[in-house]
Amino acid sequence: MLSNRHIMTMDDLSTEDISLILDTAESFKEVNERRIKKLPTLRGRTVINLFLEPSTRTRTSFEIAAKRLSADAINMTGSASATVKGESLRDTAKTLSAMACDLIVVRHKYAGAPQVLAECMDAHVINGGDGKHQHPTQALLDLFTMRAHTGRLEGLKVGIVGDISHSRVAGSLVPALVKVGASPVVIGPPTLMPARPDVLGAEVSHTLDDVLPELDVVYLLRVQMERSEGMPFPSVREYASLYGMNATRLERMKPDAIVMHPGPMNRGVEISSAVADSERTVVLDQVNAGVAVRMAAMYLLLGGADSGAAA
Amino acid sequence: MALLLKGGRIVDPQTGLDAVGDIVVRDGRIVEVGQDLEIAKGQVIECAEKIVVPGLVDIHTHLREPGFEYKETIESGTRAAAHGGFTTVCAMPNTSPVTDSGSKVRFIVERAAERGVVRVHPIGSCTAGQKGEALAEIGDMVREGAVAFSDDGRGVQDAGMMRRVMDYAKTFGTTVISHCEDESLAAGGVVNEGVVSTRLGLAGWPAAAEETAVARDIRLCELTGCRLHLAHLSTAGSVALVRDAKERGLPVTAEVTPHHLFLTEDDIDPAYDTNLKMNPPLRTAADREALVAALVDGTVDCIATDHAPHAAHEKELEFELAPYGTTGLETALSLVVTNLVGPGLLDWTGMVRVMAVAPRAALGLPEVRFEPGAVADITVIDPEARVEVTRGWFESASANSAFLGMRLLGKATDVLVEGRFALRGGKVADR
Repeated sequence: MLSNRHIMTMDDLSTEDISLILDTAESFKEVNERRIKKLPTLRGRTVINLFLEPSTRTRTSFEIAAKRLSADAINMTGSASATVKGESLRDTAKTLSAMACDLIVVRHKYAGAPQVLAECMDAHVINGGDGKHQHPTQALLDLFTMRAHTGRLEGLKVGIVGDISHSRVAGSLVPALVKVGASPVVIGPPTLMPARPDVLGAEVSHTLDDVLPELDVVYLLRVQMERSEGMPFPSVREYASLYGMNATRLERMKPDAIVMHPGPMNRGVEISSAVADSERTVVLDQVNAGVAVRMAAMYLLLGGADSGAAA
Repeated sequence: MALLLKGGRIVDPQTGLDAVGDIVVRDGRIVEVGQDLEIAKGQVIECAEKIVVPGLVDIHTHLREPGFEYKETIESGTRAAAHGGFTTVCAMPNTSPVTDSGSKVRFIVERAAERGVVRVHPIGSCTAGQKGEALAEIGDMVREGAVAFSDDGRGVQDAGMMRRVMDYAKTFGTTVISHCEDESLAAGGVVNEGVVSTRLGLAGWPAAAEETAVARDIRLCELTGCRLHLAHLSTAGSVALVRDAKERGLPVTAEVTPHHLFLTEDDIDPAYDTNLKMNPPLRTAADREALVAALVDGTVDCIATDHAPHAAHEKELEFELAPYGTTGLETALSLVVTNLVGPGLLDWTGMVRVMAVAPRAALGLPEVRFEPGAVADITVIDPEARVEVTRGWFESASANSAFLGMRLLGKATDVLVEGRFALRGGKVADR
């Protein structure tokens, strides 16, 4: 059992919860390698994937996870802005709750949306990404992947490179790394930094090349090219030259260090094709881990072994 | 009809009063202030154990009418004012339509005369439609009763435009109120830029966005000589700028809201309570301490509520979508009594200074002094009355209070506006 009934932020998870989820995911990963990739564990339980912001990979990953556990998985998509002129998020939540759903996964453009659902529903809530805030299952699958490749989490030095201030991936990954005893360093120009990265527990560097040789993991964030408030760097060319991962930089990494990316990648911007396709880059392992980790999260939230279900 | 306020502690720094005594009111005027007074016939209000002060004034109120009557009306807003102990409010112009011409000022004056429970002074906009592009008809609005000018809610973004506003407003000896926000720096931020913006993944509104505007408008005050009032200061840096301006003798005044005095960004937690979303945002504990100290030492002249009612369906949105603001008229006095007078940071004289005397002075409103002949705008306060801030307790049409759930000490029991009851025994008097 987990210590909280929701996974909305990394604060909801203790260090023991994280270990339990990662260990449980190991057994589900094995299931995912079978020919018949299905368990009866969550039969009769209803999981709604409420995705009010465009997403393909995360939604698909949650959907596959729910279906492999035999839950009835329903996808609802829409745009958060539609809720402004139409139904409020609170009313959507109450409506779904009235349909007796057991677990809801929410992706939303604005921070705090999972909190609204938790207040208005009886269901368990998993945050599938809220605004610029958090995306905890991404952090969990990243920890899973790091552990699989390096054999440990404690003491790892992880450089997170890019738009830290607008990244919910970084918003969850930094506190997750702190919880497991790893050392996160956020790397990028000050225009891409949150006001106080120190309160999350991260070191800050503005120069990738300075810290690159010390890193066990180089975690590249997607550069958002579509921004209304003005670009925070002068050109893609300059960004790539200062913060992009390329073959030259790959050679300066520790010999066993890995490159990670939450996807979708902008080849030629934060990552060159040579790096994206290299053996050091574990992006597809992350995607693969995503299904197992989300299966574990759903399984443990919905009662785990106590529900009469077994992996 | 005569009225005798009997046996209260009468506090008025303007006349040097702080003593138990009586006040006789007749035909809307104070006729006598003294000891053991009696009236042949009329009404006696027992004020023993109560504090009797010149009527409180809120110079920063959003009454929402016309245009947003579902949030508040002149009637409900002035009822809230009376409930909170205020005899006078100044209505900000960001209504729909914006109060930017004489006829729109006249509407508010007339509607307030018809339905208002307390006095309402309109504040006109600085620029047409608050668009920041062209001067509003300031002269016409002065003639119809506007007491000051502000593009509150937006701020005049262009420095050249603000200079023109101040130059022109000076003609009429009126005050320009600065909203103190550089939008290019605030950039749509919804909380203070710092710890909370980082933790909660919300866009930050840095202190510098306010301080840049404060510094600019103080310089423009120096350039134009126009009286400047700085609205809802929220940062220690702004306080330092105001202190410097006053030392240089500039005609600058400033206000602080109860929410910036008594709440901080640390009150905003992962529950994302939208009643704590303000513009400017709640700041750090250090800012809060600087604001309290500045109010106590007079650098910040007065308290103003920035009463900003919003309907429940608007505040129940996601934090980033919900509108800014908290209601404030009905909680301001109780908060001040509980948090400033109670602990001894302000004495009653100080309370009267920041809630009655200084706000009138800031906008040049007529003085209310406890002496024969003065207009009988009077607030009677029970310093021991207990207040629990609940939704059902408000007279305002909206309940978006940042202080919901608080237990406070001290509230107004009676409010007289020109000798007429607006609040009687804690109940708002119907007109």
